[in-house]
Amino acid sequence: MSKKIGDVILDLQNISLRFGGVKALTDISFNVREHEIRAIIGPNGAGKSSMLNVINGVYHPQEGKIFWRGKERKRMEPHMAAQQNIARTFQNIALFKGMSVLDNIMTGRMTKMKANFIEHALWFGRAKSEELAHRRKVEEVIDFLEIQHIRKTPVGRLPYGLQKRVELGRALAAEPSMLLLDEPMAGMNVEEKQDMCRFILDVNDQFGTTIVLIEHDMGVVMDISDRVVVLDYGKKIGDGEPEEVKNNEEVIKAYLGAGH
Amino acid sequence: MPTPANIAALDGLHTFPRLLLHHARTRPNAPAMREKNLGIWQTWTWSDVAERVRALACGLSELGFKRGDNLAIIGDNRPHMYMMMAAAQCLGGVPLPLYQDAVANEMLFVLQDASIRFAVVEDQEQVDKMLEVMADLPSLQHVIYDDPRGMRHYNQSFLHDIHELMEMGRIHDRNHPDFLNAEIEQGHFDDVSVMLYTSGTTGKPKGVCQTHAAFIAAARGGIEVDKMVADGDILSYLPMAWVGDHLFSYAQAMVAGFTINCPESGETVMTDLREIGPTYYFAPPRVFESLLTSVMIRMEDAGKLKQKMFHYFMAVADRCGADILDGKMVSTADRLLYGLGNLLVYGPLRNVLGLSRVRVAYTAGAAIGPELFKFYRSIGINLKQFYGQTETCAYVCLQPDGAIKFDSVGQPAPGVEIKIADNGEVLVKGPMLLKAYYKRPDATAESINADGYFLTGDAGFLDEDGHLKIIDRAKDVGKLANGAMYAPNFIENKLKFFQYVKEAVCFGANRDMVCAFVNIDIGAVGNWAERRGIAYSGYTDLAGKTEVGELIQQCVEEINAGLAGDSMMADSQIHRFLILHKELDPDDDELTRTRKVRRNFVSDKYKVLIDALYDGKQTQFIETEVKFEDGRRGKVSADLLIRDCKTFPIARKAA
Repeated sequence: MSKKIGDVILDLQNISLRFGGVKALTDISFNVREHEIRAIIGPNGAGKSSMLNVINGVYHPQEGKIFWRGKERKRMEPHMAAQQNIARTFQNIALFKGMSVLDNIMTGRMTKMKANFIEHALWFGRAKSEELAHRRKVEEVIDFLEIQHIRKTPVGRLPYGLQKRVELGRALAAEPSMLLLDEPMAGMNVEEKQDMCRFILDVNDQFGTTIVLIEHDMGVVMDISDRVVVLDYGKKIGDGEPEEVKNNEEVIKAYLGAGH
Repeated sequence: MPTPANIAALDGLHTFPRLLLHHARTRPNAPAMREKNLGIWQTWTWSDVAERVRALACGLSELGFKRGDNLAIIGDNRPHMYMMMAAAQCLGGVPLPLYQDAVANEMLFVLQDASIRFAVVEDQEQVDKMLEVMADLPSLQHVIYDDPRGMRHYNQSFLHDIHELMEMGRIHDRNHPDFLNAEIEQGHFDDVSVMLYTSGTTGKPKGVCQTHAAFIAAARGGIEVDKMVADGDILSYLPMAWVGDHLFSYAQAMVAGFTINCPESGETVMTDLREIGPTYYFAPPRVFESLLTSVMIRMEDAGKLKQKMFHYFMAVADRCGADILDGKMVSTADRLLYGLGNLLVYGPLRNVLGLSRVRVAYTAGAAIGPELFKFYRSIGINLKQFYGQTETCAYVCLQPDGAIKFDSVGQPAPGVEIKIADNGEVLVKGPMLLKAYYKRPDATAESINADGYFLTGDAGFLDEDGHLKIIDRAKDVGKLANGAMYAPNFIENKLKFFQYVKEAVCFGANRDMVCAFVNIDIGAVGNWAERRGIAYSGYTDLAGKTEVGELIQQCVEEINAGLAGDSMMADSQIHRFLILHKELDPDDDELTRTRKVRRNFVSDKYKVLIDALYDGKQTQFIETEVKFEDGRRGKVSADLLIRDCKTFPIARKAA
């Protein structure tokens, strides 16, 4: 592998998250290095999606500290995550079904637009020139993901695998430095999974994007991740390179053993 | 104002590089090529193209490409790929386009046969194929790629980005400004301009060497018949390795000077077609068929009023549309109705199809159903057929305006002589004949007889008006056990004219009856099934449904009724058939890359099924290995139902 993995950019220390009496996450610490592909795995209800939601500010942990590029992060809201260049996709596709692929991906550029609401609505001032520039970026994403043929198709009419790809496109349009992917391959057939793997690796390789992903397909996780963290019942039971994790007794018992 | 392609002015321009320079000189700012990039159509003018070709040619020469070298070209239709053809020709080299969807091993034979030293490929996918065959192809020295995507980690010194090649060429050109002109001057019309490999339904592919003179003659003839003009547009989307694309998108474009348009990707062709609105369009029958199927499916979902209007005016078009297009006598009332229909139905329909601006549309490669052919002509699209092979630059017969017969391929094109041999084989002679098969003097000698006629291998006859009718491949025409003539293609085509039938293979030579394999068209039959509430999970499941079997049986029996009235073919009625459990596929070697059935291969592979057909069995179990696109293998199995069809008494004239 020729890619360079950099310094720690996200450091989570002793994170605990509770919903009333339910402990979703208990005392979890791990970090993410720049340019790496970091996977979070674990059985259902292990707290994986909660973990992602903590990272991009949807949930606020009761205990623990989060450091983003060396600085401690205080209470954060999701839109601030977007401004910090963290983009994500969702476990259940969250696209605008009635809008075209192009328009959906365009929404990924919203945080980068400077024109105000009135300018956009009336299509004057900065709105037009901005949109042209953003459209070019969006077209680059479309080209990258090889979805030219569905550019103008309403998203609701697309098969599931392609919708997932469009969602990735929207996240990419924001030119994120960190990309959070919540089960990008759930419900896909083998060919779609292979495509998605290729796109994730290409994003990581070509743009240097740091990727944190949750995934159930062990083959995929072990193939593409640089490091893996394993959760079970809200606790961390393993952390390290795929080989290490694969041979971890506790992990095998909790997850791999049960599933395979 | 359209300027007629001035054929006389082209005299003295007898090689493609000269033609290119001529256009760059006389119409420097006219568009020569377009390609959609990042959603926007980019245009290259003739002077842009000439500049790039010059740079590419000089770059190639810098790498050591010499007169007589072959240049493999592998990729989708891209402007740079066409420019590379011209660049090789400037240096007296021979471009050799290959089918880009073939896997590396399939390409190996051709690459070895042509001792390829230089290859220009489209992208990483094709580069990987070159790396795969390299060990078996020691002659290969340089690989040039067009699209740098995914190539960041490839650092082999024999790989070159096409833009680097151009830069190298520009420097070379500055240092040796007279070099390329001198090379072009050396080019002779009798030099080989391109090498196209035959698809190889039988045996190994053979390289067909065509000269500049041959392709230019073929291009001029076509332009003359169709009065083609310089401001036209063509959508170039069929494989560059196919002779038709070379004739339309390269030879004719170079001679007439119209614009070639390259689609964004294989999947966007239909969208690009609508955006470009070509004036000149070529598609194999199956494309016209799927266009029509999609229109019909959408019409069924339209409102009642629209449906009524559509069917009413289609009946009008059916009655008089084709005659109006041919300039024949039609009653004033019909003319008025047709005009109204044009406003309400035909015009919008042509627009939806992306064929509003089409002056001539062509189809060839397989027989087209008369209904289908008539449909397009009746809505005002000047659809024609032509006939030709790789060995004749796809130029033997053309259908002249005003004299179109549905069941013939037209009259001999300008400069072409046709003769029917005693065994019914079609023989042709003219300026467009191949120079030779590459390194195969034996095959060349076999294919051209002592009088200079090329043996096409097709059986056919000339009718009273001098129109050529093709029956079948001469070697496929056989006899049934009772001695009656049996032409499998003829019957298979009749089957394929039904929208529900995608492919058919008939058996019957030296047997007492004709039996058939059928592939259903998953789109049309799927839609048909949905409307009847028949649930299915995929091709194999749908093909096995009793209702689908009955549907196809109706089609077969309809053909049998038709055949009974044909005194030559009445014995060829289909007695039994089965629907195959998988689609015949080039990846499984059952079809050639141009989607023709490899008859012998199929009959060996499915021998149990043929035996079952002739043993009178009612069902037969079969398991077949299939290759998926990603190289994995799987198995498909099914119990196939064999159906007996009604046959009709032969209406022989008492003799």
